[in-house]
Amino acid sequence: MTTNPALILIFGALPIPLLQGRLRTAYLLALPLVGLGYAFALEPGLHWQVDFMGYGLELLRVDRLSRVFSYIFFFAAFLGNLYALNDNDPVQQVAAQVYAGSAIGAVFAGDLITLFVFWELTAVSSVFLIWARGTERAYRAGMRFLIIQVGSGVLLLAGLILNVRDTGSIAFDLLGVTSPGTALIFIAFGIKCAFPFLHNWLQDTYPEATVSGTVILSVFTTKLAVYALARGYAGTEMLIWIGATMTAFPIFYAVIENDLRRVLSYSLNNQLGFMVVGIGIGTEMSVNGTVAHAFTHILYKALLFMSMGAVLFRTGTIKGSELGGLYKSMPLTATFCIVGAASISAFPLFSGFISKALIITAAANEGYWLIWAVLLFASAGVFHHSGIKIPFFAFFAHDSGKRVQEAPWNMLLAMGIAAALCIGIGVWPGPLYAILPFPVDFQPYTSAHVINQLQLLFFSALAFTWLMRTGLYPPEMRSTNLDSDVVYRKLLPWLVRRFLAVFGPVDRAARRLATESVERLIAVVFRRTGPKSVLARTVAVGGMVLWVIVLLGVYLLLNFT
Amino acid sequence: MIAEHLPALQVVIPLMAAPLCILLHRASGAWFVSLVASWCSFAVAVALLGQVQAGGPISYPLGDWAPPWGIEYRVDMVSAFVLVIVSTIGAVVIPYARASVEREVPSDRAYLFYCMYCLCLTGMLGIAITGDAFNLFVFLEIASLSSYVLVSMGADRRALMAAYRYLIMGTIGATFYIIGVGLLYMMTGTLNMADLAERLPAVAETRTILTALAFLTVGISLKLALFPLHLWLPNAYAFAPSVVTAFLAATATKVAVYALIRIYFTIFGGIDVFETMAVREVLMGLAIVAMFAGSLVAVYQNNVKRMLAYSSIAQIGYMVLGISIASVTGLSGGIIHLFNHALMKGALFLALGCVVLRLGSAHVRDLDGIGRRMPLTMAAFVLGGLSLIGVPLTVGFVSKWTLIQAALERGWWPLAVIILLTSLLAVIYVWRIVEVSYFRPVPEGAADIAEAPASMLVPLWVLAGACVYFGARAEQTVTIARAAAATLLGVSP
Repeated sequence: MTTNPALILIFGALPIPLLQGRLRTAYLLALPLVGLGYAFALEPGLHWQVDFMGYGLELLRVDRLSRVFSYIFFFAAFLGNLYALNDNDPVQQVAAQVYAGSAIGAVFAGDLITLFVFWELTAVSSVFLIWARGTERAYRAGMRFLIIQVGSGVLLLAGLILNVRDTGSIAFDLLGVTSPGTALIFIAFGIKCAFPFLHNWLQDTYPEATVSGTVILSVFTTKLAVYALARGYAGTEMLIWIGATMTAFPIFYAVIENDLRRVLSYSLNNQLGFMVVGIGIGTEMSVNGTVAHAFTHILYKALLFMSMGAVLFRTGTIKGSELGGLYKSMPLTATFCIVGAASISAFPLFSGFISKALIITAAANEGYWLIWAVLLFASAGVFHHSGIKIPFFAFFAHDSGKRVQEAPWNMLLAMGIAAALCIGIGVWPGPLYAILPFPVDFQPYTSAHVINQLQLLFFSALAFTWLMRTGLYPPEMRSTNLDSDVVYRKLLPWLVRRFLAVFGPVDRAARRLATESVERLIAVVFRRTGPKSVLARTVAVGGMVLWVIVLLGVYLLLNFT
Repeated sequence: MIAEHLPALQVVIPLMAAPLCILLHRASGAWFVSLVASWCSFAVAVALLGQVQAGGPISYPLGDWAPPWGIEYRVDMVSAFVLVIVSTIGAVVIPYARASVEREVPSDRAYLFYCMYCLCLTGMLGIAITGDAFNLFVFLEIASLSSYVLVSMGADRRALMAAYRYLIMGTIGATFYIIGVGLLYMMTGTLNMADLAERLPAVAETRTILTALAFLTVGISLKLALFPLHLWLPNAYAFAPSVVTAFLAATATKVAVYALIRIYFTIFGGIDVFETMAVREVLMGLAIVAMFAGSLVAVYQNNVKRMLAYSSIAQIGYMVLGISIASVTGLSGGIIHLFNHALMKGALFLALGCVVLRLGSAHVRDLDGIGRRMPLTMAAFVLGGLSLIGVPLTVGFVSKWTLIQAALERGWWPLAVIILLTSLLAVIYVWRIVEVSYFRPVPEGAADIAEAPASMLVPLWVLAGACVYFGARAEQTVTIARAAAATLLGVSP
């Protein structure tokens, strides 16, 4: 029996509150690295079987797919710990280790019950990273997050129970949407993966977490879902369309959003779309692309969140309209942010390029030309809002007059390592390709790929410049409140007004109806079951005896008829 | 020699301890006697379970009068399991009782408390071990009468009223039971359960037997607080001393569930009451209503003791639901929940007893920040709460899993949905307490309170730990429960 390396993080988290000062620093940095080393040493195979109510639990299944995810998860946990060192908040530190550990445990789970346990554990542990912000707003956001995440777990449980009845097996292998059980599991994964219409929790809650909390959150929950989909639903055609929608629609929101961490949350959603498309196509190349993209995405997205976190940490705000000109006071952070932006935009020689190319090429190889076009459009959009907007509004644009210190050393170091990896993987993709689930026969640096991508980036940059020049780009309207729909009207005045005129009242009415009916339901339930209600009152003896007689009567009646 | 007479010793030891408590007349002496008696009973119960597992059912003719004329003690898988449950809770609760009783019961009456406790234990063990329908009534009355007294010892004056209501309803329940037994005796001329089982099929279609079944069902339903006959329970649990609440919540209703199982599957074992006598529809319907109503009412309760009492009503619903499914899986789900619920409710009420010891109140508004003031107690409470919800790796998950499997086995998937839904209701009321105790600040100017004494924390953590242990290593309980269910249904497991 070999122990699941996840337990190193989960149980390793327990002594954290007891340690102080440098000892805790060293411990926090060493813990994920020990786990990483342990994960490296694992041989493929089933290592830890436990009998539970007649089912064989596979607590540690090591294969190429689970291994690559465990590496990046451990490494991201290390970066997160390094970045969060100056927090000195044991609650967050313990929560982050348990959260990372449970995500890794889920990746190594060979059966659905084990997966379910770790799935719920990620939900419960991660919410503390949101609550740690300590505001009422964060508390409520955390509550919403928890309900949705636990709900996803309950669906997973329901699906797994139905699946056990159908197939008699709890194994977590390729499932496919073939029965009500597997469909429920699919939805459970979809919620965590932020499928369209199931995605709101992500943009709602990630920007509400603490500075380091958002960085850590951005790594695990959604990528765990990507892993689970890749394992259970590779080749499910529906995913191609779901993924394509995911790549496209968040772009519009990201462009008009003012909270830069929320912009990044939208772009996170869009990047997930690429991965989901890759899973849906289901060829060796596309699944490789998904895994590679998850790998690089974790690094550059964490890097972007880290740089925005550093800005929030120093300036106290993350609103695009209040920032600008920070490159003078935070030059290193600005540089790292640009590296992250270049990676997410898939500039050649940056990590995003070598992974996204796999997915887009796979789509073209399989003849999904419409999807291919959507992905290209989405790539341009990514460059627009994450590649240009984020660094531009935070560090350049009009000078906000803010003069702050550079980020603390540990944040800089974490960002520096992530940035170095983004470039390193972009220049030498070989080592990453070598650990992907399937053998890779792909050369990203062909002239066609490079020129194609550069053209795309060039025109996207052109569009941004033109919008800025003509004053059409939303956040440059200093006098307007960027949260309002004024932005829409300037950008697409006619269409939006029509849209709002028709759907605004409908939407408002629907929302009012929903809120009111929930409130009415709660009122009814309270009236029936509250402390003073019929059900909760202390009934007189006569009343109790009456029930006895009624019940006796019912039994006699039923038996004699 | 002793091994042979274990069935008799099981009941005789606590029975003899009761008058001894009176004779000693001092709280500490009486406590010590009850401690020895409880632990001996526990040892005997474990030994009996071992014997049954090794050699099959044991029949013990009391006073060497051969059954069916004499009283027979009969230990099979089910009764051995229930004996272990009851005596375990007894053995765990009694070390805890000392400090708690000192605080909540006047010292000049403490010896009476221990005497009643011993009698109550005797009664419940007797119900589980006897193979005679009338003898079961006798033990039912011993257990009930002593528990009325125990409830009335609560510090709150309302405890007296609660005990009085409990007494009336309990007595009606017992009367119904004895009427049912009388009717059975009228038709068969025997009181021995095994003998009844043989003779009943011949007269199954008569009105007398149908009436007997109705009386038995309603009588026992009263005792096990099946909705809507639960009305005596919330007040009795809320106002009784903390130890009594924990002890009764973990055992009294369980023993009644056991009696119900005996009636349906042993006494009426020759007749399929669920298919032929319209028992299932009513039982299942009431169980489902109990699961919803109990949980919903619990959500809005402000006295945590009352909240847990309503949650018990919901949990009893799960057990009855398992019985009403009446398949091996369903019945074993009910039996597993019997055990699991004893563990979790025991742990929850014990934790609450620790809080009452230090705070003097179990009201939600007084619990602000209690998680930081009594970390060990509340951590155990959370474990119990997680079990109540049915989180994996806790016992609650095992019960619900088995019940859902049983429902799906029959193809009754709406039942499975209902089980999941009511579990979510449990999340709400457990979360309320977690939120108050961990997320609210400790009130300004609150007196410093210490953690509960070790004599209370150890028993509490034994149960809380068991919630996790038997949740993670479920095979043992599942195997025993399946074997028990198979014996009852007369099929191979």
